[in-house]
Amino acid sequence: MASDQLVEQATDLANRALELSRDLAALAGEVGQVAVETAASTGGADGASPLVIGLTVFVLAIFVGYHVVWSVTPALHSPLMGVTNAISSVIIVGALIAAGTGEYGFSEIMGFIAVTLASVNIFGGFIVTYRMLSMFKKKPKAAAGGKAQ
Amino acid sequence: MSHDLATLLYLGASICFILALKGLSHPETSRRGNMLGMVGMGIAILVTLFMLPELNFILIFTGILIGGAVGTVIALRIQMTALPQLVAAFHSLVGLAAVLVAAAAFYNPEAYGIGQAGEIKATSLVEMAIGTAIGAITFTGSIVAFAKLQGLVSGKPVVFYMQHWLNLGLGILTVILIIALVTGQSGVTFWAIVLVTLALGVLIIIPIGGADMPVVISMLNSYSGWAAAGIGFTLENNLLIITGALVGSSGAILSYIMCKGMNRSFFSVILGGFGGETATAGGADEGDKTWQQGSAEDAAFMMRNADKVIIVPGYGMAVAQAQHALREMAELLKAEGVEVKYAIHPVAGRMPGHMNVLLAEASVPYDEVFEMDEINTEFRETDVAFVIGANDVTNPSAKTDTSSPIYGMPVLNVEDSQNVLFVKRSMGSGYAGVDNPVFYMDKTYMLLADAKKMCESVVKALEK
Repeated sequence: MASDQLVEQATDLANRALELSRDLAALAGEVGQVAVETAASTGGADGASPLVIGLTVFVLAIFVGYHVVWSVTPALHSPLMGVTNAISSVIIVGALIAAGTGEYGFSEIMGFIAVTLASVNIFGGFIVTYRMLSMFKKKPKAAAGGKAQ
Repeated sequence: MSHDLATLLYLGASICFILALKGLSHPETSRRGNMLGMVGMGIAILVTLFMLPELNFILIFTGILIGGAVGTVIALRIQMTALPQLVAAFHSLVGLAAVLVAAAAFYNPEAYGIGQAGEIKATSLVEMAIGTAIGAITFTGSIVAFAKLQGLVSGKPVVFYMQHWLNLGLGILTVILIIALVTGQSGVTFWAIVLVTLALGVLIIIPIGGADMPVVISMLNSYSGWAAAGIGFTLENNLLIITGALVGSSGAILSYIMCKGMNRSFFSVILGGFGGETATAGGADEGDKTWQQGSAEDAAFMMRNADKVIIVPGYGMAVAQAQHALREMAELLKAEGVEVKYAIHPVAGRMPGHMNVLLAEASVPYDEVFEMDEINTEFRETDVAFVIGANDVTNPSAKTDTSSPIYGMPVLNVEDSQNVLFVKRSMGSGYAGVDNPVFYMDKTYMLLADAKKMCESVVKALEK
């Protein structure tokens, strides 16, 4: 009974999260377009500034994060930290830009170190999460015995 | 590759990340979620490489190779009990990477299209400085957390006179320095911000005691996200902003859940000083309390004849590496027709969900493991509660005794069950230094031994 309810609630939550992520996808798409347009019009008079566009995306993403994370089952909170740890290393994008100018200056060295550190995190984070998740197994088939009591 | 296409692909990567988190709503979908996270990261890296004006293979690929190899080896070798330290160490890397990227952007802003050295846009500078500050705090804060968890330094809170005023002063100094950076564009100011916030990171975490580490780890998780978002603002990159926001809110929610699990306000955790030498509370009148000791044979007999047993594992169980012996014990009981469940307190481990991972590692099926809120009413119809390596999370005085330091903390109602078996190394008090009335109840039998040895002895007795 309780587990049925739980599953129901979980699917409900998951569906809501999916809806939200779709909403965000649509919104982010629009925002992305706006961003591209403003960039194209090089500081056109009526476009919002990059800061405001960034803030829009930021706030929306916090809402999506809030709803998606509450739908995560408490049993998987450690893997959640593993995954968030890995994806926060998306900062490697900035590091790659710094390292990839074709020169060898101060910024490139900084970029190189940052690429290395972020890579430790990306590989380490995803692999350790994979290890954790592969340990979570269901009860083997003939397990109803205990419950009948 | 056009700028439009790159932006759209970054959007695809963001959605992969959202779905990766969403996948964790159930163990069944979680592995796919993790895969999607990897796909998202792959897209992000490839798109960035294609967009580079000039590909510096040597620097980039050596970096990825070295980092990837180190990360892989560490992740494959790490013991699951050491997971919190690992996560803390990883957080520190994100923090440091954020500082380095900001430094690169400061000295070579042309590469990021945010102006020229010495003439960087004011908004970009502010964003950059904030990203740097959070990154630096995350870096040193995580190192301190790592050292505490690893036992390199004492887990005791380090508190000194005027500590909070010092932190406040450094915070204000950081703001002043950021203003100076915008007006002066000076490299010295930039590094001053880095230094001050590095110090601040240490000072913020040292007063926090070992018992509060689950909150600290979640908090640093959150910080690492905000640092990434800060850099995202500087680079005007939506992928970084979205991911940073996701990670930031995730860490914040976990901190909230951990605080609630200990009935502590976020601010009292931050201000620190808890979990150290408050150990005298309620320990004075031990003389007139009697408790009864049980043996492994008694335990085996009681549990074998029970209809339902709930196992309450705590971190002490993991420290003693008793999870495999415990699972074996549970298997034997199930074979005799006893219903066995596990009850997990939100702060049972050293990080959110830690105990679930440790049990899963010992091949305990996840559908036998229940969260406190799901199972707490079931103790009433339970014959034996088997508490192993846990103490404070079963202390009923948290519900009644307003003078108790843990008053108000949600606890597992083990005292509602017919009998309580309490595996404990000795009759000492728990992490928070509070005496547990359950020890002295008539229905309680204390099994005083190492958790692993006790489980093995019970297994032996059950096999007879």
